[in-house]
Amino acid sequence: MANSTFDVIILGGGPAGYVCAIRAAQLGLHTAVVEKDKLGGICVNIGCIPSKALLHSAYVANLIRQEAKDLGITVGQVEMDFGTAMRRSRQVSEQNSKGVEFLLKKHKVTVIRGTGTLLAGRKVRVGTDVLSATRAVVLATGTRAKGLPQAGLEINGRSVISSDEALLLDRAPKSIAIVGAGPIGVEFADVFNAFGSQVTLIEILPRILPLEDADSSSAIAKSFKKRGITCLAGAKVTKARVSEQGVALEVEAKGKTHTLEAEKVLVAAGRALNLDGLGLEEAGVNRSDRGFVQVDEHLQTTAQGVYAIGDIAGPPMLAHKGSREGIVVAEWLAGQKPQPIRYDNIPSVTYCHPEVASIGLTEEQCQERKLDYAVGRFPFTASGRARATNETDGFVKILRDKKYGEILGAHIVASHASEMIHELALARANEYTVEEIELAVHAHPTLSEAIAEAALDSLDRVLHI
Amino acid sequence: MATKVVMEALSPTMEEGRLVRWLKQEGEPVRAGDVLAEVETDKAVMELPARGEGVLRKVIAPAGSTVPVGQLVGIVARPDEDISSLLAGTRAAEPPAAMARAASASPAAGAPGPQAPAIAPASAPASAAAAAPESPVTPAAPSAGRKPKASPLARRIARERGLDLALVPGSGPGGRIIKRDLERAVAVAAVPAGPARPREAGYQDVPLTQIRKTIARRLAESLGPVPHFFLTVDVDMERAWDAREALNALGEEPKITFNDIIVKVVAQALKQHRACNAWWQGEFIRYFDEVHIGVAVAVEDGLITPVIRHADRKSLREIARETRDLAERARQRKLKPEEYTGSTFSISNLGMMGIREFTAVINPPEAGILAIGSITPQPVAEGSTVAIRRRMRLTMSCDHRVIDGATGARFLQTVRRMLENPLAIVW
Repeated sequence: MANSTFDVIILGGGPAGYVCAIRAAQLGLHTAVVEKDKLGGICVNIGCIPSKALLHSAYVANLIRQEAKDLGITVGQVEMDFGTAMRRSRQVSEQNSKGVEFLLKKHKVTVIRGTGTLLAGRKVRVGTDVLSATRAVVLATGTRAKGLPQAGLEINGRSVISSDEALLLDRAPKSIAIVGAGPIGVEFADVFNAFGSQVTLIEILPRILPLEDADSSSAIAKSFKKRGITCLAGAKVTKARVSEQGVALEVEAKGKTHTLEAEKVLVAAGRALNLDGLGLEEAGVNRSDRGFVQVDEHLQTTAQGVYAIGDIAGPPMLAHKGSREGIVVAEWLAGQKPQPIRYDNIPSVTYCHPEVASIGLTEEQCQERKLDYAVGRFPFTASGRARATNETDGFVKILRDKKYGEILGAHIVASHASEMIHELALARANEYTVEEIELAVHAHPTLSEAIAEAALDSLDRVLHI
Repeated sequence: MATKVVMEALSPTMEEGRLVRWLKQEGEPVRAGDVLAEVETDKAVMELPARGEGVLRKVIAPAGSTVPVGQLVGIVARPDEDISSLLAGTRAAEPPAAMARAASASPAAGAPGPQAPAIAPASAPASAAAAAPESPVTPAAPSAGRKPKASPLARRIARERGLDLALVPGSGPGGRIIKRDLERAVAVAAVPAGPARPREAGYQDVPLTQIRKTIARRLAESLGPVPHFFLTVDVDMERAWDAREALNALGEEPKITFNDIIVKVVAQALKQHRACNAWWQGEFIRYFDEVHIGVAVAVEDGLITPVIRHADRKSLREIARETRDLAERARQRKLKPEEYTGSTFSISNLGMMGIREFTAVINPPEAGILAIGSITPQPVAEGSTVAIRRRMRLTMSCDHRVIDGATGARFLQTVRRMLENPLAIVW
C-alpha cells in the first residue's frame, strides 16, 4: 500500500465508525476506515433504514384498509406484495450506503476494503498489509444477528431466521413467531401483520417493549391485539422442533406449556458483538464482565491509543449513541474538549404504529430510585389535530421532579412519536424544566401541543382535559 | 557537652517570642528541665526550659528582645568548656526560622489556616481554566453584578437551596453552570453526613474538590485571606431569661450566665450541624465530631480564646465553672497552650458591654464565630398589638470556603430554636 500511516484508523464503517471518520477528517486528521462489507453498517444496510421502508409500507396498507373509507376514499381490494416492498427497501439502503461512500470521499477519508485485525502498538492488519495509526485506532465493529441455541433455535436462514433474512424475504410467511419483543421484534410484528402473516410475539419478560414505560407497553399491546397480533409476555421458549417447512415451539407461560406452530421463527432476542478474531487480547484490550469492550470515560480501551465506540462499547445499542461516541472520540483525538456524552439522555424509538419514543427514566425507575416525582399525562383523544388526522391512539407522559421541576423522563406513544421526542431531548440536554416547555408557545393544531399539555398537567394546570 | 538554648515554639501558632526575663544568670548552674527564662508568645507568657546540664555560660538574647523561633538565645555548657567555636559558628549553623517553624508545627497535619490562601492560587488556575473556559478568575464582585450563565434547572436548584451561582464554575456548553456543577459544589457539604467516615479519629478530612478550591481562591482574592460573610438572627430571650432565673434561684454556685447557656446551646447545635464545626485546612476541610468551643476573653492588652472542651457533653454548671476558671487564668496569662488551642468554633460576647450587635473576626482555621449582642427589651408586634420582649441579636461570621449561606442559616435556626425553648438543652 502506498501510504499505510494514518492519524486515525477506524475499524468498521457503521454509524459509529463512519461518523467518527467524518468528524476526524473535518478536524484535519488523516483518517482511514476499514470495512469488509458495505459502508453504513447494519443500520444503513440491514437494520434501521430498510426496516423503516417496510414499516412505511405497513403503515400505508393499514391506513388504506382501516381508514380510507372513512376519509372518503374508495379503493378496491388491497393486495400486498412483500417482495416489491422489500426491493424498494433495498434501493433505499443502496442509496444510503452510496451516500455514506460519497460523504467519506468528500471528506477525503481513505476507505480500505477488508477485515481489519488489531495489532499491538496502534497497528492494524488488513490482509497482508499493516497500517499504523499515529494517534489512535478506533474499534467500531458493531454487532450481528444471533440465534437462540439454548432453545434449539439456530438461524438456518429458511425456517429460523434473524432480522437479516427477514429484511430480504420475497414473500411474507403465512405465520411467523417472533421471539423477543424489543424494538426489533415489535417492528417486524407490525410489518408482517400488515402483510397478512399470522403473527405471534413472544417475550420472556413480563411485558412487550420491556425497557419502555409500562404505559407505553400496554398501549402497544392493546393496539396489537386490536390488529390480531398475539402477544405472549412472560413466556419462555423451552423447546423447538425445526424442519425446513416450519417450526413447532414449546412455550412456557404462567406455569403452562403451549405448543405453537409457525412457518417461520424470527429470533430477535439480542445480538452478538463482533469482537472475535479482532486481536483484542494481543493488543491488551480488556472486555468488561458483560462482554463489551472495557472503556474509560473518554472511550479509550485498556490499550493506550485504542478506542471503542458504538455497540461494542456498551449499551444502549443504538445508532445515534454510536455516532455521538464517534464524534466525541474524534474531537478528543483532535485535541478538543467535547462535552461528555449524557448517556441518560439518549432517545429510544420503536417505529411500530403508533410509534413509541422515550427519553430518561420510566415511572418504574423513578419509583425504584425513590424519587419524589409528579406525572403529567395528555392523551391524543383530547387533541384536535389527532382527531382530525385519525391518530388518537397514544399519549404523552412526562415525569418531573416535584421539587425542582427537572424532566426525569418522557414517554410518547403517537403516530409521529419519533419526531416529537426531540423537544424533550433538547429540553433535557439544556436542563429546561417543565416550566420552560410550557412557556414555549406551541403551534395549534399540532400533536406537539400534547407535550406542552403534559408539562402543564404535571404542574396540575392542564387546560384541555 | 555544650547545649544550645534556642527560642522554642511554645505554642502551635508561635512564630517569635519576646524574652521577658532570664531566671538564670550567666554562671549559674543549670539542670535539665530548669526554667531558664520567661517568654511571651502570641497568647501567653511561657517558660523556656533547659535541655541540657551545666552552667548558663552565655546569654545571647537579652531580656526584652524579640527572637524568631529557632534562633539561638543562650548556651549551656560545662564551666570550663570552650564555647568560642559554638559562638562563632552559630550564625551559619542556625536553622532558618521558617524550617524550625515547619518542624515544630502542630502534629495536626496540613497547612495551618492562614497559610492556605498562599497555597491555593498556585494550584488553582490550571484547574479553573480546565473547568470553565470562560475564565472565572476575575476577582471583582463575586456575586454582585454579572449574572452567571446557568441552565434553568441549575437556577432553580440554586434558588431552592440558597446556593450562589456566582461561586460555581460551569462545565456545560460555553461554561454554563449545569446541574452536575451544583451537585459537585454541594458534595463537600453533604459528605459529613455520609456513613463512611473514620469514627475513631474524632474528625474527618474531606479533600477539597476543584470547585471548593476555586470558591476558596476567588473569595479569598476578593475579601481577604478568610472570606467572611455574616448572618444575623434575632432571638426572643424571655424563656431563657426565666430559665436562668429559676436555675440561679436554687442558690448553687457558680451562677449561670447567659454566656454559659449560649455556649451550651451552640455546642449542641454544632453537634447537629457538623458542616459548621470545621477547620479550613487549605487543601481539605476538617469536620469535627467533637465540639470544643472557644470563648473570647478580653485581657489587658488584647484577647484570648480559652476552650471549653466537649462543651456539648458538659452540664451548664460544668461550663459555668470551667469558663470562670479559664477566664480568670487567661487574665493572669497563666493558660497552657492546650487550654487556648484546638477549638472547633468560637463565641465572642460583648452583650454585657451594651453592644446591641457586632461582627466578630474568625479565628482561623475555624470556619465560624458567633457574636453575641446585649439582651434588651424590644417592642415586638404580636398580632395587632405591640408587646415588649427581651431580645438578643446573634451574628455569625462564616468562612465562605467552608460554610455556605444556607448551611450557616440552618445552624442559626437551630441555635435560635433552642434558645427560645431552653428545655431543648436537656432534650
